[in-house]
Amino acid sequence: MPCEPWEGDLPAALQDRFGERLGRVVLLGGQKLLVADIAAALEVLSCLKQEHGFDYLVDVTAVHWPDKAEQFEIVWTLYSYSANERVRLKAALAEGQLAPSVTALYSSANWLEREVYDMFGIEFKDHPDLRRILMPDEWEGFPLRKEYGIVQQDSDWVRENLKIESAQ
Amino acid sequence: MAETTLAPPEVQAETLLDSNELVLNMGPQHPSTHGVLRVILKLDGETVLGTDCVIGYLHRGVEKIAENRTFQQFAPYVDRMDYVAAVSNGLGYCMAVEKLLDVEIPPRAQAVRVILTELNRLASHLLWLGTHALDIGAITPVFLCFREREEVLKIFENYCGARLTTHAFRIGGLQYETYDTFEKECLEFCDLMEQKLKEYHDLLTGNRIWVRRTKGVGILNAADCKDYGVTGPLIRAAGVEWDLRKAQPYCGYENYDFDIPTAETGDTFDRYMVRMEEMVQSCRIIRQAVDALPEGPIKGKVGKVIKPPPGEAYVSIEAPKGELGYYVVSDGSLNPYRVRVRPPSFVNLGALDKMCRGSLVADVVAIIGTIDIVLGEVDR
Repeated sequence: MPCEPWEGDLPAALQDRFGERLGRVVLLGGQKLLVADIAAALEVLSCLKQEHGFDYLVDVTAVHWPDKAEQFEIVWTLYSYSANERVRLKAALAEGQLAPSVTALYSSANWLEREVYDMFGIEFKDHPDLRRILMPDEWEGFPLRKEYGIVQQDSDWVRENLKIESAQ
Repeated sequence: MAETTLAPPEVQAETLLDSNELVLNMGPQHPSTHGVLRVILKLDGETVLGTDCVIGYLHRGVEKIAENRTFQQFAPYVDRMDYVAAVSNGLGYCMAVEKLLDVEIPPRAQAVRVILTELNRLASHLLWLGTHALDIGAITPVFLCFREREEVLKIFENYCGARLTTHAFRIGGLQYETYDTFEKECLEFCDLMEQKLKEYHDLLTGNRIWVRRTKGVGILNAADCKDYGVTGPLIRAAGVEWDLRKAQPYCGYENYDFDIPTAETGDTFDRYMVRMEEMVQSCRIIRQAVDALPEGPIKGKVGKVIKPPPGEAYVSIEAPKGELGYYVVSDGSLNPYRVRVRPPSFVNLGALDKMCRGSLVADVVAIIGTIDIVLGEVDR
């Protein structure tokens, strides 16, 4: 995939402010991509919202890379209505490490972060209501982790609640 | 069921000792929840103090399935998310993979995609209109809407053999050429639709009961829409002239002349008017696309084996319900490494609590209807 440096006022301003904490500032296949330290992610997002007008948090999701030292990659997609511009921010996270919650900046983050927690088991610091959203509350395991099998299930939960041996 | 926190502490403190306070469970088997949505309502008499949505009853693990299928094998699965707008789902997914492959789509395929997607927008809006009116107590519109929607489904059936979960598009273009009377049937449907829309307006727009049940109900202003990430007809009804087909055109939408209908207050009535006008605009787009339907191939240069190079892309389209995005990560193998669907219904439903607080319990039904959710997409 073609990857070129992203140049302009916005990337220059971000690089000035965050320096080394911003790992990559690129156009990946023409899409604007930032990679930051997880410790700086909240500050970068807050700066993007308050100083650069990215007022719409499109999506929060994660990708699991079990072979990497920092297994998870959190992906925020932002959009600015005034500039008609989209930016993606990524940050790597180790197992057990807390991700920053952006619920204070964007209300849409509430459910989106709950889904990331539900599917990957990534916990968000300062989330007001962090519980499962799609899976049952008592379910064991996080389905979108790579080690979770496609036919795997929480057999105890299925037996207890659905009164059947297997949901498969 | 874990303990639910509904109202902010100050509201809770005020109402803790109030004997009027009541927790009411609505759904999951409730005709107005459009599937299996459970809403726990906290009420003070007739007034809603807070809501908590319990979702996931239709969770099938679509994103997990994607990682265990090849790129082509996964394409039919996306139709099962928003099953009343399956064509839009398919378009978004195909476009995301095409972006990874960096493949050009021939103009004829683009135009046919636009026609089918707009027909599907009409079908989706018709289903919304019928069921929304039904929820509020108007029985007649649902029969009329289903009658017109049937015409769209017939076109789909003639085109690809399926009516609902069509799998109409393929990565790289189209599988099927259009049939002989395709253009004629599309134009006839547009004529019919424009005539029938007048009928719906006669039934509802000036109807005093309809107006009183929808005006000032479930207001969500522009600032709240942006805060909650709400898109589609909801944000347009709040006065934001924003439509991805105009803001970031795809699939050749820049070639068609159409307007973005907006309204001002962002209440249920405004959202109704916006969607009604969107149907008119969809007919306009279909007419232009049919009139200028180019000749030529219907599939781009895509091999039999689809194996995008390692990389990632986020591609989004204006689905009938709002911004539908696909974030696809490829590791260079036959299967996608990760497919994330950014569902408009899920995000829009997140604003339900905001829209319901302070309204009457009967309005909750109207508000769920006006968000236009499909639970298959909320739960995936």
